Amino acid sequence: MTQAKEITTSPRKIEDAVYTRTIPAGKGWMHDLEPGQVFRITDLEGNQAADTLFYDALNPEDSYSAIETVTAQKNIYLTTGSVLRAKSGRPLLTITADSVGRHDTVGGACSAESNTVRYAHEKKAMHNCRDTFMYELSKRGAQFSKQDLAPNINFFMNVPITPEGGLTFEDGVSAPGYYVEMQAETNTTVLISNCPQLNNPCNDYNPTPIEVTIWNN
Amino acid sequence: MNSYWNKSLEAGEKWSGVIKKGSLLRLTASGKTANVSMLLFNAHDRTERYNMPDTLKAQHTSHLTKGHVLMSDNGKAMAGIIEDDTGWHDPFGGFSKTGWTDAQFGKTTYQSERNERYRSGEENFSMELFRNGLTMRDTVPVLNVFSKVAVQDGGEMVFHEDNAQTGQAITFRTEMDLLIVLSNTPHPLDTSTVYPSVPVKLEAGAAEPVGKDDICLNLCGENRRAFENTWEANLLAEGLTAAVSAE
Repeated sequence: MTQAKEITTSPRKIEDAVYTRTIPAGKGWMHDLEPGQVFRITDLEGNQAADTLFYDALNPEDSYSAIETVTAQKNIYLTTGSVLRAKSGRPLLTITADSVGRHDTVGGACSAESNTVRYAHEKKAMHNCRDTFMYELSKRGAQFSKQDLAPNINFFMNVPITPEGGLTFEDGVSAPGYYVEMQAETNTTVLISNCPQLNNPCNDYNPTPIEVTIWNN
Repeated sequence: MNSYWNKSLEAGEKWSGVIKKGSLLRLTASGKTANVSMLLFNAHDRTERYNMPDTLKAQHTSHLTKGHVLMSDNGKAMAGIIEDDTGWHDPFGGFSKTGWTDAQFGKTTYQSERNERYRSGEENFSMELFRNGLTMRDTVPVLNVFSKVAVQDGGEMVFHEDNAQTGQAITFRTEMDLLIVLSNTPHPLDTSTVYPSVPVKLEAGAAEPVGKDDICLNLCGENRRAFENTWEANLLAEGLTAAVSAE
């Protein structure tokens, strides 16, 4: 299908970053951003899904809200200029650069349970994003609970929605080295599951690493 | 439908209640601008709730209508839509906030408008969730019954006025015991400047057992597996007596 992609590049250089880390396929990562810090996720090998949630670090129950985000901009896809909002409507981050053009926030994360529904009951034991989310959140003790598992962002994923009311998972529009970059508007906790899904052709059945990079401005 | 209970949910009103599995819940619009925001929870385990992404991607749809199933975050069929006159109910718009309601329709207060004031989904859900031991932290994307938001090729979300016609109805069948929370408040993407909410009739009745040719069960393999997950959980929760009587 065709789409108008708006590509924006970042002026930031890797050597100026204050933090960089490679997240292998299937691993989780949780990190607190300071206000003003710029955060980049790079799709190292292409068509990987970076399942991502955000929380107001000073008030973690105010989690990322896909609904607040898309209704405020009246557009279902995320790209440069999108303000990523919490349930309260408060801005958490703003996307400042994007070499993909659009990202999904209504497809949700894979889970053991949804894998049984989408593929087969026998898939229940397979590694999945919700398990990674729960494992990472559990490391912070009582601060988080299951109610904080909100619908996430799938950076680099292509989930087209049609005017007739359809929804499909299509092959990715990302490629090796493509990235998305965003600036924290407030103290923001980032939670990523680098998706381990082996049942969906959108990543060519081959989950791959991503890289996270942080600059102070 | 042979209803054993009914109620008029007035414009701006909220409601919550537990409805037993194997029941019907019908909502009937009394006007073209109806919108009811709906949340579903497992009545016995409120950490399990309706999950918009899992529901949509399993059924390859961005709207809900007859034959679709509302699925939980535990991969279970919570409720099936067995009848629908409208053809489109919106899963993306969320519930109205108090600030937006005041800005869109004009600020109203109890002191001047008494019970005619314009209520928001935000205040309604705050109270109705609190009543049930839940908080706004437990909110998830709602189903906006009677509303249509079509997504254009570029992703633009367009609210369709008059999606529902007066007298049109939707009938849900509960597949498990559910806590249902409703707010009869405007859709957040409604462009009207006149508070659009109208009364919606609620009715409950007994459902026929899910048959082999059931429209929800047979819509796709995904739905069948979601039903199987529900039946498995019901079996484990109810134990051997229920299993034998179901033979």
